[in-house]
Amino acid sequence: MSSRRIFLKAGLATSASIAAPHLAAQTGERVVIIGGGFGGATAARYLRRFNPALQVSLVEPAGEFVMCPMSNRVIHGGLQLRDISRPYSRFVANNGLRWVRSRADNIDLSAREVRVGTERIPYDRLIISPGVDYVYDGIEGMSTSAQQARVPHAWKAGEQTQQLRNMLQAMPEEGVVAMTIPKVPYRCPPGPYERASLIAHYLQASKPKAKLLVFDANPEIQAKKGLFEAVWKSRYGERIQYVPNADLKGVDTQAGILEFELQGKVKAHVINVIPPQRAGAIARNSGLANVGNRWCGVDFLSYESAVTRGVYVLGDSIAGSPGMPKSGHMANQQAKVCAGAIAAQSLGMAVPTEPIIANTCYSFVSQSEVIHVAGVYRYDASKKIMVPAPGAGGMSEQPSTMEAIYAMAWATNIMNDTLD
Amino acid sequence: MVVMHKPPLIRQPNRLVTAAQRLALLLTAYPVSALAQAPSTDPAAFQVSLWAASCMACHGPDGRAEGAGMVIGGRPDLLRKLLAYKSGQLPATIMHQHAKGYSDDELGRIAEYFSRLK
Repeated sequence: MSSRRIFLKAGLATSASIAAPHLAAQTGERVVIIGGGFGGATAARYLRRFNPALQVSLVEPAGEFVMCPMSNRVIHGGLQLRDISRPYSRFVANNGLRWVRSRADNIDLSAREVRVGTERIPYDRLIISPGVDYVYDGIEGMSTSAQQARVPHAWKAGEQTQQLRNMLQAMPEEGVVAMTIPKVPYRCPPGPYERASLIAHYLQASKPKAKLLVFDANPEIQAKKGLFEAVWKSRYGERIQYVPNADLKGVDTQAGILEFELQGKVKAHVINVIPPQRAGAIARNSGLANVGNRWCGVDFLSYESAVTRGVYVLGDSIAGSPGMPKSGHMANQQAKVCAGAIAAQSLGMAVPTEPIIANTCYSFVSQSEVIHVAGVYRYDASKKIMVPAPGAGGMSEQPSTMEAIYAMAWATNIMNDTLD
Repeated sequence: MVVMHKPPLIRQPNRLVTAAQRLALLLTAYPVSALAQAPSTDPAAFQVSLWAASCMACHGPDGRAEGAGMVIGGRPDLLRKLLAYKSGQLPATIMHQHAKGYSDDELGRIAEYFSRLK
């Protein structure tokens, strides 16, 4: 069956097109979305919801979405990968999408086409939500994929998440785990510190003679600092050794030796290198990474690229406003603003000018205790950026099991909201 | 799928049960017609639907939260609760921090939007 026929078949099956036949009958704009994560999938769903006449194609090679939030719990052993995964098939059918199950090779901005293998997919508007790419250029001994695979980043949930779990389990009883954290900005500011907490909890319970070394390229903990420091001190003591200003120079992945600019050489049994990051390759290769050749500048009313009209960038690849984290929750929120801007124009309205979005981020600090940070962001029309709403947002007062229950509810509900 | 109904200390992914519960919820409380609202072409109403969409990240599609997340779709008392979170009258782990980011009028329009989702 041709892809076109799949699209038509899926389109007929949606309740949206049945409920609004007058719109479905019109020829809608063609929106192509590259990437089915929190940004791309949410955009697809809300575009069809806001205007069912839009023809939406999703270019995504994976058969299922594996969410990064909660993936540190898989490394810890409290969840399994399947608990944080959801196939795209039902989502695609529910929302009347055309699913191009391949990797997008490149974009022809002048012809307004996405190239996927031999196929050219024309678009009226293009949304790119590729996540981050990992940069090993500055780390000696890590240029080959075999070297990279020996010290998995596990910073995109999936196989490497399980691999890191397996490595911890196979480690000697008195083993040393080393993780490295890149300079900001990187995906999920509190993520490394949540991971450190959960690895320490695993070691405490299963390998009490082992320890964890956390090498942070930043001068201090980058999110929920006081809360992480307190729980590390009270719960994990000497089991976590935190080293700030640790610039990773190189890794001998076979001998298990890390080398740092200031701290010299360190040997470890399990090494987790979270490398520096930049916008996904397809965004950079298309010339959209105009901020430091690393991140994509956007208009915060629509997430339209600062470089090219009709092309939108979502999620971790964008240059966020100051204080706007790279998180799955933010990508979900940005996607709705973007979908709203595109749908509004397709319905003959102007782009809405008063976006209000929020971030909610939970971190596990042990098997059963959680802390959060929350923020509300509003558009500042004079500076043309999103700014934290005065007086809003904040953190937990202390870790709690109550928030662990809310954290899991959050994970389920954002998965539903993204991939319903 | 992450499963929510018990404390997360216990790994208990009974995905079939959850899928059945979701289906039951869809069939009983939310008929298919309610899921596919006709698109709004009124700019003010459209803006409110975007604000409300933001809430659905935690509260689920159309406010149909699962697990310990609060169901906000179809609630008539939402504004009262939001204002109480905002003033600090109603204790919360997180909603007092979110509610303070909106004017009372904005909270009123968002609450009205969710109250109609039934």
